[in-house]
Amino acid sequence: MHKQRSNEPFVWLLFSAGGVVAALFIPIQLFLFGVAFPLGWLNGPSYDTVRGLVHGPIGRLYLLVLCTLPLFHWAHRFRYTLYDGLQIKHLNELVNTFCYGGAIVGTAIAAYLIWQIP
Amino acid sequence: MAEQIAVEVTRFSPERDKTPSIQSFDVPLRKEWVVLDALNYIKDKVDGSLSFRWSCRMGVCGSCGMMVNGEPKLTCATFLTDYAPGPVRIEPLKNFPVMRDLIVEINDFLGKLSKVKPWIIRQKEKPVTEGEYLQTPEQLDTYKQFSMCINCLLCYAACPVYGLDPMFSGPAALALAQRYNMDSRDEGKEERMDILSQHDGIWGCTFVGECTQVCPKHVDPAGAIQQYKLTATQEWFKSFIMPKGAK
Repeated sequence: MHKQRSNEPFVWLLFSAGGVVAALFIPIQLFLFGVAFPLGWLNGPSYDTVRGLVHGPIGRLYLLVLCTLPLFHWAHRFRYTLYDGLQIKHLNELVNTFCYGGAIVGTAIAAYLIWQIP
Repeated sequence: MAEQIAVEVTRFSPERDKTPSIQSFDVPLRKEWVVLDALNYIKDKVDGSLSFRWSCRMGVCGSCGMMVNGEPKLTCATFLTDYAPGPVRIEPLKNFPVMRDLIVEINDFLGKLSKVKPWIIRQKEKPVTEGEYLQTPEQLDTYKQFSMCINCLLCYAACPVYGLDPMFSGPAALALAQRYNMDSRDEGKEERMDILSQHDGIWGCTFVGECTQVCPKHVDPAGAIQQYKLTATQEWFKSFIMPKGAK
């Protein structure tokens, strides 16, 4: 006897993975490239090295993951914030479209921009 | 005269009152007294009609859970002096219907608890002559924390999701399900999965984490639920790879 199971696992996995990226990789990325390298606390890689990394498929994929998974984390969390915070669970189709749709649009934009890196 | 503290208690009698009201009592403020002692003082010396549940007064039976100044607490483990000079307000556990004064109706929880089958399920019982089901200390450690639950329901009173959606299975029931899922002697994971992986099961939880904050036995129901979400997600993906009937 298998009752209808929730489709929540899929979005939860994206939420979960996005949480890891947002909590672990983004702070490291921001600290290194936003603070430590520019201020000369650490010897950063040269411009050409970074450029080379970003050009390769792995570099691009890394950037894409860094930019997009946290969007799904946001979508899931914000969906429940809207549900419970505003008590609008009855508008779930609208809320889902807005949240996950927003994350998908964000993903498409990020993918396009990363693809366009010269 | 010894120091006193004002204890404000919810009073409600279903035959007499339409809505609960607050009654204030002056109680001696003694260093060694817990909130439950104050309630027993009121019942013994001031108003014998005050109704509340309690039994062991040592944090084991789980029956004296109440809201103390708005927070779910075991009243046997909550010292009056921590609330001095007072007043301290004692209310019935939130998110449950009140039967009388500080007593709540917990049938909803009991129903949910039995639904998750919190007992060891064996496909085939071993005859007694073959001895016990042995377990290593490591195997015990995987679920021991979750087995410390005393069903005091502080986690249900703290859970905002349960407050908004009474269909949600809730922290203690889910943690206890996980306690048996993790038990090396158990073979009932499949049976529980159908109930746990529904929307009103683990997926109702939005990981607020209040259940773990208020748990007097450090069970960490939020941790149990997140752990189970990962298991359920793996099973969900497996069900695509190996559809219908495949194990």
